[in-house]
Amino acid sequence: MSVLVNKGTRLVVQGITGKEGSFHTKQMVEYGTTVVGGVTPGKGGTTHEGIPVFNTVVDAVNQAGANAAVIYVPPAFAADAIMEAADAGVPLVVCITEGIPTLDMVKVKEYLSDKATRLIGPNCPGIISPGKCKIGIMPGHIHREGRVGVVSRSGTLTYEAVGQLTALNLGQSSAIGIGGDPIVGTTHVDALALFQADDETDGIVMIGEIGGTAEEEAAEFAKNNVTKPIVAFIAGQTAPPGRRMGHAGAIIAGGKGTAAEKMTALEEAGIRVVRSPADIGAAMKEALNS
Amino acid sequence: MKIHEYQGKELLRKYGVPVPRGLVARSPEEAYHAAKELGTAVVVVKAQIHAGGRGKGGGVKLARSADEARDIARQMLGMKLVTHQTGPEGREVRVLLIEEGLPIDREFYLGIVLDRASGRQVFMASAAGGMDIEEVAAKTPEQIIKETIDPAVGFRSFQARKLAFGLGIPGALVNESVKFMQSLYTAYEQMDASLMEINPFLLTKDNRLIALDAKVNFDDNAMFRHKEFLDLRDLNEEDPSEIEASKFDLNYIKLDGNIACMVNGAGLAMATMDIIKLAGGEPANFLDVGGGASQERVEAAFRILLADEHVKAVLINIFGGIVRCDMVARGVVESAKKLNIKVPVVVRLEGTNVEEGQRVIRESGLNFTVAKGMKDAAEKVVALAV
Repeated sequence: MSVLVNKGTRLVVQGITGKEGSFHTKQMVEYGTTVVGGVTPGKGGTTHEGIPVFNTVVDAVNQAGANAAVIYVPPAFAADAIMEAADAGVPLVVCITEGIPTLDMVKVKEYLSDKATRLIGPNCPGIISPGKCKIGIMPGHIHREGRVGVVSRSGTLTYEAVGQLTALNLGQSSAIGIGGDPIVGTTHVDALALFQADDETDGIVMIGEIGGTAEEEAAEFAKNNVTKPIVAFIAGQTAPPGRRMGHAGAIIAGGKGTAAEKMTALEEAGIRVVRSPADIGAAMKEALNS
Repeated sequence: MKIHEYQGKELLRKYGVPVPRGLVARSPEEAYHAAKELGTAVVVVKAQIHAGGRGKGGGVKLARSADEARDIARQMLGMKLVTHQTGPEGREVRVLLIEEGLPIDREFYLGIVLDRASGRQVFMASAAGGMDIEEVAAKTPEQIIKETIDPAVGFRSFQARKLAFGLGIPGALVNESVKFMQSLYTAYEQMDASLMEINPFLLTKDNRLIALDAKVNFDDNAMFRHKEFLDLRDLNEEDPSEIEASKFDLNYIKLDGNIACMVNGAGLAMATMDIIKLAGGEPANFLDVGGGASQERVEAAFRILLADEHVKAVLINIFGGIVRCDMVARGVVESAKKLNIKVPVVVRLEGTNVEEGQRVIRESGLNFTVAKGMKDAAEKVVALAV
């Protein structure tokens, strides 16, 4: 098994004819993802690299049976794209776009609150269930099928963790990049709940970073709800306060959101916290063997 | 993006938020004329820098005559103002705001900020105005009252009334304070602010409500729809190397250490700084060259990193995903040759075509060290940084 995406996933790509959308659609198809359509308003009825293009997401749902959407549209239009997919009843929406205004995301979050749609991202690498389905921009070949769940706020740091796991023969059930923005759809807590419920996930790697309280909330949740071993790493132990470290959400504001606070909260919840990003894979191996 | 108090107040005035009468001065003479024009018995001379705590640092002073305003301006302009937010090096004062003196009765605090946990904006108020609000939050959190804003209906009058009564604002002024707060929220929303603080929010002895200070930050992600705000950026408040980096879309933050790092991806870049520290070194910077790590950007990154004279060694940590390691390696080698780099460089490549990438580095003729894994890379670069 795996979480959220698998062989039954039928993907529609919003922004399929753009540079990013076009490139990554090819990569996803090569990996084995079932891409049933794309959306570019005004290009409905045409095909792009052999994939049917629709004017709206609802057309892609009705005519091609899409049950997941991925968004590669520019930041000015991304909030609208997320809401369009939710309005069409798509159960899973993955938004790759970086740079969406915060006030737009406040509205998106409110819009999604009474809908069944799960959003992953924005500003994220996407989600992959190795060997089954890849939605996003991550390099597929570094992954391997297996039983470790990975959740992370980062892109390349997720690849680093996955690379370490794969090198130790620890495959992954699914790897979810939840994104580096202050407001994201799926949180660490959501991901922990999904992996805990998944019969074929044995352990969880959780990668956090400075800013916000998502890791503290995850610690609290894990203490009462997660029985599987968790290995956590928090990036930004050396980050100065008040500076945005690349990700819009990675900032120590008003003395809050430091790595030290998060690491303490996680340790107090009984989670294995590694100081060094080089130890993530080995710590997971040790946790699974003990 | 941060802006100055005087800029924030000009913007708020347009939204109907009452602010003191004030004039900008860039020389002692301008300060003198500003005080004359304001004509009040007392004027306030305020240093304009992007940092809080100016009062304690000597950046806010009262003048009882235009001559005194000129004298104060002479002292303040050009001084390095040190506050708890500037660091020990301080910030040079280049601009002053000269404002009318006002008869203070009470000082409150108002603030609007995103609550990340709920994904909603929160309007905060406190009767402990004029103080460092972070200190109030830490020591007496009960003194801060909050109203969470429902994005479907916006900031409502009843919420503003709750805050006004909670602050103990006199009944006759509650309606006016509701209007004040709603104007403030309208400004926040329409300008795509990421933070707005009025501290102090002033009640004068003659019963007026005025924003005595204004801190306005904009959401960088929303700047595409507020091109007019780009003119408000003050490059004097930024590190020159960070300005240079921003021209190449490089995410660069200068730090105090001596080991420079160049990494693709923000999370991995932070983790690289962390592992340098764990290996006993001090990172000289944060730098995300982006997923692509093209030769042009690598070259710009090298130039910026090496302009820092404290740098004794460089660690390049690239996880090649969609971008191939051999392509990145060729870009690194070309740039290094072009720039004639002398400091030791440790390169750690991982991911797509890693063997080919490492071969390119080894056969380049450059004195680069190839590392395997992040730990090895950090240890090697720390050993070389002497």
